[in-house]
Amino acid sequence: MDVPNLKYINKLANGDKIFSKKLIDIIKQEFPVEKHSYYKNINSNNFEMALQNVHKLKHKLSILSFEKGYLLAIKHEENLRIHNNSLNEEFKRVLDKITDYLNSI
Amino acid sequence: MNCIIIDDEATARTILSQLCSGISDLKVVGEFDSVLQGISFLKQQQKQIDFILLDIHLPDFTGFDFINTLASGELKHVLEKTPKIILTTSDKNFAIEAYEYDCVVDYLLKPILPLRFNKAIQKIKKNMHQASETSLASNLIETSENQLFVNIDKRLIKIDIPSIYLIEAKGDYINLKTEKNNYIVHSSLKKIKNKLPDALFLRVHRSYIINTNKILGIEDNTVLINKEVIPISRSSRTELMKRINLL
Repeated sequence: MDVPNLKYINKLANGDKIFSKKLIDIIKQEFPVEKHSYYKNINSNNFEMALQNVHKLKHKLSILSFEKGYLLAIKHEENLRIHNNSLNEEFKRVLDKITDYLNSI
Repeated sequence: MNCIIIDDEATARTILSQLCSGISDLKVVGEFDSVLQGISFLKQQQKQIDFILLDIHLPDFTGFDFINTLASGELKHVLEKTPKIILTTSDKNFAIEAYEYDCVVDYLLKPILPLRFNKAIQKIKKNMHQASETSLASNLIETSENQLFVNIDKRLIKIDIPSIYLIEAKGDYINLKTEKNNYIVHSSLKKIKNKLPDALFLRVHRSYIINTNKILGIEDNTVLINKEVIPISRSSRTELMKRINLL
């Protein structure tokens, strides 16, 4: 899907609302830290570390069933391996979308 | 079954823990965010850890570094059995490398779906069952037609097969009775039956194998063998009656 959603989390929770809330709270805690670290590393051209950040953020995108963002993260991760940050701006927009979504739930 | 989770993301650990909670006979005994924490835990652990849900991308030391530590035998003195590994990762590029390790049973791509996770657990169970069967078989070594070596407390003890009059199942063990001694061996009736001559031994009940040459008497659904009265199942009685020289 083109927008973040709770499809995967709901499937995992299988009706367990306490678990859903717990997982979303953890994502809300981890995501801003990882995003901040990504910005810091990509802005200082530390591609190796930025690559690690994208790897972790990619997992969050998949948990939030954001397929479009997830596919972009895969491509961006591959590019960063060869020190190509051409997808940085597009990836930042994905991160903004996730930030907005997490603020809304 | 006991398992531990090693993953640097709290999100991933929470998901794995939730998936484990859906498996009735599985207990997560520890969650760690680094390889070093995991190793430290294993060094102090008293319980058998059956498998580890292990992330590959970890800070400082990777999942593969951890597997190499296990494979090197560094933890052998503290681990009764080397735990099996289920790798959990967002990167499919390591699959080939992963399966080069004997201890790696499955490779799960994140995000992990419950059905896929359950399949991995089934693989672990199957793997553990096979290992257990191999271990049971290795406790019984048949060296010649009339001899059998059994592994008791890491000692191989020779038993003359014709001297065995009864073998009784006792949970995960068998009690192998001869005229002089009894031997408790970690094995099963099915395993030992394959090591014994069919002409001499007959399984007369789900818990008993008897040496038909040692029978003293048969009465209804029981057989008297060396002062012990052993039940005979209905299905085995016909076979037993065929074997005896009935006037």
